[in-house]
Amino acid sequence: MKAIGIILAGGNNEKLELLTANRAAAAMPIGSCYRALDFTLSNMSNSGINKVSVITQYNSRSLHNHLTSAKWWNLGSKYGGLFVFSPYLSNNNSFWFRGTADAIYQNLLFLTRSNEPYVIIGSGNSVYKMDYEEAFDFHVESKADITIITKEAQNENLHDYGVVKIDENNRLIDFEEKPIEPQSNIISLGIYIISRTLLINLLESILPQGRYNFVEDIIVRYRKKLNIMTYKFNGYWKNINCIKSYYDANMDFLDKNIRDLFTKQYPFIETKPRDEAPPKYNIGAKIKNCLIGSGSIMNGYAEHSVLFCKVFTGENTSIKNSIVMDKSYIGNNCVVENAIIDKEVILSDGKKIIGSPDKPIIISKNTVL
Amino acid sequence: MRKKDIIAMLLAGGQGSRLGILSKTKAKPAVPFGGKYRIIDFTLSNCVNSGIDTVGILTQYQPLILNRHIGIGIPWDLDRSNGGATILAPHLKGTQGEWYSGTANAIYQNISYIDSYNPEYVLVISGDHIYKMDYSKMLEYHQEKNCDATIAVLEVDWNEANRFGIMNTDENDKIFEFEEKPKNPKNNLASMGIYIFTWEKLRQALIDDNKIHQDSDFGKHIIPAMLDSNQNLYAYRFDSYWKDVGTIESYWSANMELVKALPNFNLYEDFWKIYTCVDHQVPEYIGDTADINTCIISEGCEIYGQVYNCVLGYNVVVEEGTFLKDSIVMANSIIKKNSVLDRCIIDENVTIGENVKIGVGDNIANVLEPKIYNTGISVIGENSFVPDNVTIGKNCVVFGDELNFQNNCLESGQSLIMDKVKL
Repeated sequence: MKAIGIILAGGNNEKLELLTANRAAAAMPIGSCYRALDFTLSNMSNSGINKVSVITQYNSRSLHNHLTSAKWWNLGSKYGGLFVFSPYLSNNNSFWFRGTADAIYQNLLFLTRSNEPYVIIGSGNSVYKMDYEEAFDFHVESKADITIITKEAQNENLHDYGVVKIDENNRLIDFEEKPIEPQSNIISLGIYIISRTLLINLLESILPQGRYNFVEDIIVRYRKKLNIMTYKFNGYWKNINCIKSYYDANMDFLDKNIRDLFTKQYPFIETKPRDEAPPKYNIGAKIKNCLIGSGSIMNGYAEHSVLFCKVFTGENTSIKNSIVMDKSYIGNNCVVENAIIDKEVILSDGKKIIGSPDKPIIISKNTVL
Repeated sequence: MRKKDIIAMLLAGGQGSRLGILSKTKAKPAVPFGGKYRIIDFTLSNCVNSGIDTVGILTQYQPLILNRHIGIGIPWDLDRSNGGATILAPHLKGTQGEWYSGTANAIYQNISYIDSYNPEYVLVISGDHIYKMDYSKMLEYHQEKNCDATIAVLEVDWNEANRFGIMNTDENDKIFEFEEKPKNPKNNLASMGIYIFTWEKLRQALIDDNKIHQDSDFGKHIIPAMLDSNQNLYAYRFDSYWKDVGTIESYWSANMELVKALPNFNLYEDFWKIYTCVDHQVPEYIGDTADINTCIISEGCEIYGQVYNCVLGYNVVVEEGTFLKDSIVMANSIIKKNSVLDRCIIDENVTIGENVKIGVGDNIANVLEPKIYNTGISVIGENSFVPDNVTIGKNCVVFGDELNFQNNCLESGQSLIMDKVKL
């Protein structure tokens, strides 16, 4: 595809509470072996984009840790590659990225030094599988200046998204960011297709005016001036923007159709390999409706839960409706219900961690109880 | 090429004929082990964990799966611009092609590969065994003793010593004699087929021996010749887990041993990881109707049935109502509803239909191959298709995708083997 990719993965989301105390939202662990970023990154690579930049800022360490090599996403090539951009100091700039547009502008060389005529911009915290090629063809054929990928909201809370109003030709009429009174039920997925030169021109004209945001300062402000089209996506899509959606996105993997979409149907979502041994189930293990990660050792009961890599559960321990992240150790005779246990947590024997079905209890990283 | 201190030559061309149908379509080093691994992963991981970054892999018998598995060596971090993994297949020289006719002959034919790295030492290993070993410690020993060759040995039971190549040593473990399968063993130090040579000395020995033996072999020719010329050979004692999974029974029991609560061979420690090639990292799913314990189940599996005391490879599907016990199921196989499998080995990409029973009846040794299949284990070969409602006995061998089971039945000890299956 004649496009380069930009993934905006620098944001924080306060609604993810303690889970993002030490990681970026794009680094949230999903589905037993993935990180949220893997989905957009794999989609780009699978769509034939071979030059992708990931823009990081908030808790960027967690993402740099994940992106130590480009080869897992087939981006380890000479004519392209994976570029990871974080804020930097220079003679004439000592700012953090002040917004999404500023983040791209501060790395404008990535755009000016490329030859591909188009840019696809995505966010790093959505779980979905999409071939951008179809939207790309639509963008080229419809001669749009910008194409926004949209979907009809289902369970999504419209107040949390950019809501678009379109005409019968899918042309954008209005765009409201997180509206109080939404005018439609079509939301933007935060995926945009734009020509590279137009993007450079827009950035160069808005930044000197102190405008730093791609949505507010380009999409909303230019919505009448530019020919902005929308392209509807009909597949599974979940945004990781609050505890509930994070919890649901993981539990969705227990649904065979959704799991198969990502794990059994070509093209696949790629992630950094773990090199852990296969999970082991000892004599007391009893598992129902769970995802179990590599290298885990199970001695107890688990039901309707998502367990990540190298989790250990002790004897007579019961885990229900919970997420347990990498390397957490749950001792004997524990009860874990409606909980999100972050990485490397140690629960000593007999501990009870019980949340409510509406609001899972969170045990933050490295906690020892 | 930059000079290397030590490089490894990994012999991976063996057939492993006692593994029967399991090694029909792939070399023994490519046979899966421990769920997600292949046998060669253990030696390859030992190399990189020991700091050896240049490995020549000598292939000959059925190399396709092995080549695909190793690729350019990415899973072992052996994709390197200087060194890394190199597949060394037999090739034409001048006008004539020549197979590798012996272990030492295979190395002899690749002298120019080794020379290109100008190494001080060469580690010669085979991809047939399951063990974890730090070759760097063996190298230190080799240097300390100022050896020309160091041979790793394992203390075996005296009454089993007649099955091995035995090193007769003095009180300092200096080797003075090598005996292949001696009737009256003088020692119980068995060669593990792991050698470190000072390259200069090995190079000369290979060239000299090639003039005498067409099928130059380390045990039979090179080691005795080096001893005859009074070179310095030492035995390096190894006392940890080491298994030659060369027979159906030993292959099965070594796998089964892994599912114990505290197995002798630990796959779960962090400091000596075993690396393998997997297509994609995926989660595994254990369904509502599943009942599993005492097993190892690899990533990508979907389990809806009962699985006890089993080792399952990648992407295996076990449907509802199916009962699996004491069995090995390799990658990408599907076992459909309401089947019962007891004590069997299912190779890769096999489909077992509904209501199939395997492992029923009396323990009658296989009629065609009684020496290979005689411990009650039935084996279903790669890419086979077993239709619904078939009953298969003990010590049976099944291989093929268009098999005709008479009366839906294969009695114990019988074989049903097609010449070819679609890959």
